[in-house]
Amino acid sequence: MLHRLSFVPGRLLQSVPVAFGVTLLVFFLAHLLPGNAALALLGQRATPESVAALTEQLGLNKPLWEQYLLFLKQLGQGNLGTSLTYQSPVTGLVLGAIPVTLTLLAYALVLSLAISIPLSALASFRPGGGRDLGVRAFTLLGQGMPQFWVGIMLILLLAVGLRTFPVGGYGETAGEHLYFLFLPSLTLAIAMSPTIIRSLRSSMITVLESDYVGTAKSKGASGVSLLTGHVLRNAAIPTVSVIGVNLGYLVGGSLVIERVFALPGLGSLMINSIFTRDFPTVQGVTLFVALFVVVVGILTDVIYTILDPRVDLGRASSA
Amino acid sequence: MTTVTTLYAARRARRSTAGSRSLKPWYRNGSLVAGIVIVGLLVLAALLAPVLSPYDPIKQDLVNALAPPSSTHLLGTDKFGRDVLSRLLWGARVDLRVGFIAVLIPFVIGTVVGGVAGYFGGWLDTVLMRIVDVFFAFPFYVMVIVLVFVLGSGEASIYIAIAAVSWVSYAKIVRGEVLVAKEQDYVVAARLGGLSHARILLRHIGPNVLSQAIIYGMSDIVMDIMAIVTLGYLGLGIAPPTAEWGSIISDGQEFITTQWQQATIPGLAVVVTSLGLSWLGDGLSDLLSPERRK
Repeated sequence: MLHRLSFVPGRLLQSVPVAFGVTLLVFFLAHLLPGNAALALLGQRATPESVAALTEQLGLNKPLWEQYLLFLKQLGQGNLGTSLTYQSPVTGLVLGAIPVTLTLLAYALVLSLAISIPLSALASFRPGGGRDLGVRAFTLLGQGMPQFWVGIMLILLLAVGLRTFPVGGYGETAGEHLYFLFLPSLTLAIAMSPTIIRSLRSSMITVLESDYVGTAKSKGASGVSLLTGHVLRNAAIPTVSVIGVNLGYLVGGSLVIERVFALPGLGSLMINSIFTRDFPTVQGVTLFVALFVVVVGILTDVIYTILDPRVDLGRASSA
Repeated sequence: MTTVTTLYAARRARRSTAGSRSLKPWYRNGSLVAGIVIVGLLVLAALLAPVLSPYDPIKQDLVNALAPPSSTHLLGTDKFGRDVLSRLLWGARVDLRVGFIAVLIPFVIGTVVGGVAGYFGGWLDTVLMRIVDVFFAFPFYVMVIVLVFVLGSGEASIYIAIAAVSWVSYAKIVRGEVLVAKEQDYVVAARLGGLSHARILLRHIGPNVLSQAIIYGMSDIVMDIMAIVTLGYLGLGIAPPTAEWGSIISDGQEFITTQWQQATIPGLAVVVTSLGLSWLGDGLSDLLSPERRK
């Protein structure tokens, strides 16, 4: 097992240029702000003195490469700058918002699997059958609905109509978090599951046709025991990488959904900062989210290797 | 990189389980016809919005604000007394137009980058694909929202933002296709025949690899329309008072307890649009590369 994970250091090294690229891109996005960035940041409150002071403070009068090095140095110290609206370190704001967004993402992933696994099984046992068509209709609809609108519709039906769930907010205790986050997570799960179902369904069909499933069937395995004992683990492997690739999409969606349900996570932080033109905060959230996606990519490869003994990424990359 | 190879493995696996499908004329292709009909009707509704709309979509009538659906206002009015049906029709003009235009720029950029990277290989390929990886790290909505913020809201910003995010997918797809195509006999023959690289890429490889990019483009239009509607909902898209589906939903959300149809109907319009485009895409992919269909 351990030697198969020997690719990890190399994979980490491979991500270094990507991570640098991410910082570079975020840095240059900041410099795309039209005109003097200090002026743009200050907006209507700008006086010549305050612009000069902020220009000095942000180091905007230095050459661009020097500014980038400064930006990297501060980043290395975990310093993402100071929020213009909250007048406090951006790092603290981001760290405060992370638990909400991560809980939402994990919850959404669990719900996506709870939706996708039974539906894929239902669809793959008789491809082309009525149930398969029904599942296909669900995937088509799930992908065709704007996520935020699904959220609003769930609020309309379950929160306003049936009054079973709150229309928004995060709650105080862990139990409340799970209750308050149910609708937003379900919203994300509805958007995420079509992609998982399509991958899982097709690999389940392949696995169901394989010899070892035939053997298992002839030994009397059927239904749930066949599914959990023989099919799922093998079919899950390609799906893991599909989930990994699409997790970025889920992260992006969660930012919007937080807005719909008024959750105090990264998305609300980012969008509120956009409206107040608080660029350091927007920059900090963007950087964190992108680096998070890079890390998830590495984790996906690790999980993939652990799940499938046949995969040897160390050999593949050295070949 | 590894995830890409596994994706390709998954695609191959899907392909190998696929039964063969007989070639049939396009009009017997159910999803293509359904797609053409739905998209055609939507485009028609958008084009005829000035004729079909019973009212001016941005004219306020505060006395009649938040009127329930009636024979004079089929879908009621919003908080400014504007007719929701008229706004819905005019919104189709904006959302469909911006969606269709937005898909073109990344299509061109991504196809060129992917084609060049795949064809020439070597360090150029490595560098270009690393750049692709960097862009890939940014979730779609994060990048679009940040770019629209930096560039200022408005139609031009939306085009640039979507192009900056979407080109990478086309680059990956086209590169993969070119890697396969450049080993084919007809390309080897063309190279031995002394044709220039540009000519081989444009005339010989291009037409053979474009179909996958076009098929992806159909689903990409859906993504783009979703993005435009989402930006509109967040208040970062097409500026008010212009009618746009996302902003109609956002206006309607405030009054969801009393006027549920205001937030619901524009969302249904998006659903119908994306279903139509998905079917059109499915039909096109049947038509363009029948051997790849499941």
